[in-house]
Amino acid sequence: MPDSMTTEPQFSLTPPTVNRSENAPAPATQRKAKLEARRLNFFYGENQALFDISMQIPERAVTALIGPSGCGKSTFLRTFNRMNDIIEGTRHTGEVLLEGTNIYDPRVDVVALRKRVGMVFQKSTPFPKSIFDNVAYGPRVAGVRDRAKLAETVESCLLRAALWDEVKDRLHDSAMALSGGQQQRLCIARALATEPDVLLMDEPASALDPASTARVEDLIFDLKSNYTIVIVTHNMQQAARVSDHTGFFYQGNLVEFGGTQALFTKPREKQTEDYITGRFG
Amino acid sequence: MEKLPTTSESIPTDGLFRRSSWSRFVESQIQNVMLLCASLSILTTVGIVFVLLNESVYNVTGGTAFFQEISPWKFLTGTKWHWDSGDFGVWPLLTSTLQVALIGGLVSIPLGLASAVYLSEYATPRTRRIIKPTLELLAGIPTVVYGYFALIFITPYVLRPLFGLVGLEVGVFNGLSAGIVVGIMIIPMVASLSEDAIRAVPQSLREAAYALGSNRFDVSARVVVPAAFSGIMAACLLAISRAIGETMAVVIAGGQNTSGLSVNPLREVFTMTSYIVNVSSSDVEAGSLEYKSLYAVALTLFCMTLTMNILSQWIMRRFRETYQ
Repeated sequence: MPDSMTTEPQFSLTPPTVNRSENAPAPATQRKAKLEARRLNFFYGENQALFDISMQIPERAVTALIGPSGCGKSTFLRTFNRMNDIIEGTRHTGEVLLEGTNIYDPRVDVVALRKRVGMVFQKSTPFPKSIFDNVAYGPRVAGVRDRAKLAETVESCLLRAALWDEVKDRLHDSAMALSGGQQQRLCIARALATEPDVLLMDEPASALDPASTARVEDLIFDLKSNYTIVIVTHNMQQAARVSDHTGFFYQGNLVEFGGTQALFTKPREKQTEDYITGRFG
Repeated sequence: MEKLPTTSESIPTDGLFRRSSWSRFVESQIQNVMLLCASLSILTTVGIVFVLLNESVYNVTGGTAFFQEISPWKFLTGTKWHWDSGDFGVWPLLTSTLQVALIGGLVSIPLGLASAVYLSEYATPRTRRIIKPTLELLAGIPTVVYGYFALIFITPYVLRPLFGLVGLEVGVFNGLSAGIVVGIMIIPMVASLSEDAIRAVPQSLREAAYALGSNRFDVSARVVVPAAFSGIMAACLLAISRAIGETMAVVIAGGQNTSGLSVNPLREVFTMTSYIVNVSSSDVEAGSLEYKSLYAVALTLFCMTLTMNILSQWIMRRFRETYQ
């Protein structure tokens, strides 16, 4: 095993001074790693999508993954709740850890994992049910039958997703009638209802208008005090606005990972600089 | 006003001119022939509807129609069907038909839906490649074979022992066996149409459901099937409509009971289609009341299946969820 792995490195909130060429995480501070990838390689059939990724995602902070289309950032995000499992012919080597437990361990219950690691997708995906039933979906699947408890969960999740005031009078209307921005916040509320401690967001605002995008970004900011958030985004301004840490992916490699401000102002790698200054991608 | 030059003067190249008038004629006739082929099925339908109405409702070709002799009220409310005594109440035929269709639906809808869900949500591509054509093979079996299967296997070896346990007697001909085979017969239809509807549910909905900690069954039962509900409903209605119109299997397995109204599925039934077969194959005189009653029954049957088909299309359009 390489050195970077045996020494349990801690994540850095301040930009590191040494330029590290490996994918290894930056050196220590006090913030605990919630999620961690160790030498992760990922394949779709014969095509390798991720190359030897090692990365530590700190808890209760927003980590953005940026990079051009097809760079593997979404694939990487989807390993944290094993969403890639439902695609035929995928495989991986290496480890992905949630609080130190390898989530690809055969003893891990994927259903339980996905309850702890919630996900919000690029396209809002409300189920063709009422607003209430959408949010209550997760608890119901988990076996909650008590109506009062469900109502309480629905209210608190809609409140946290900043949607309650807009929908409290029509909880039993179809979720399909909401606007795009409302649907996306509903999906966030729905993800919160399973009581996760990690939220994965795959370009959550890319299909939204600027006003709705701003609301979703505010929401992300509010949520990070309680949740560990990993967000994939195309939009570098968004990454700069909402995230504390940013990882830049290029062609399946983690090129650079560090504090957002540092990465955007003083990138260590040439490729990162080229990308954030708009020279490609 | 200055005269524009004519085409022949302005375009000198020969190759650009139209081909001979003969080849243009042939081309337009090809189009007409194809149009004719397409209209043929419409014309047939129109012809059938005309004959049905002519013989049953109002005769325009000379002679009297069925409903000009027997009141439609008596036909639609009567509970006895004895042509010798002039009783033409459609209820015995109607209840038999609905009984067979209902049993068929009870058999085919759960099985067909389960197959559809299995094929689209559970089966690996390899299993699917084997199972789907096999299931569709069921649709290729002649209905006569199903009828005999009901008569010589299901009734004596399945129903009789089963109902024998609780001391019930099963007739040689009975509505239950007919309903069961009709159900088996339409499983492929329910499965195939439902599967189409289920496959049309966007993958993103499934992913969202999985991401919320659902297992496969939750995803299928709580998200995919409800999302495909309109298509599944339409599939079921089409299948029931097919069950209502099913003939051969019902004639063979269900029998031709003429004793009146009965809703006991263990006894002989007499469906509308059976009646039509029965009368057409007997030596009933053309123009007689019995002969004309055929058309009245056929018209009723036609109205029922047409309603079901229209209803199914309406449901499909009205309740389809639109996904962006």
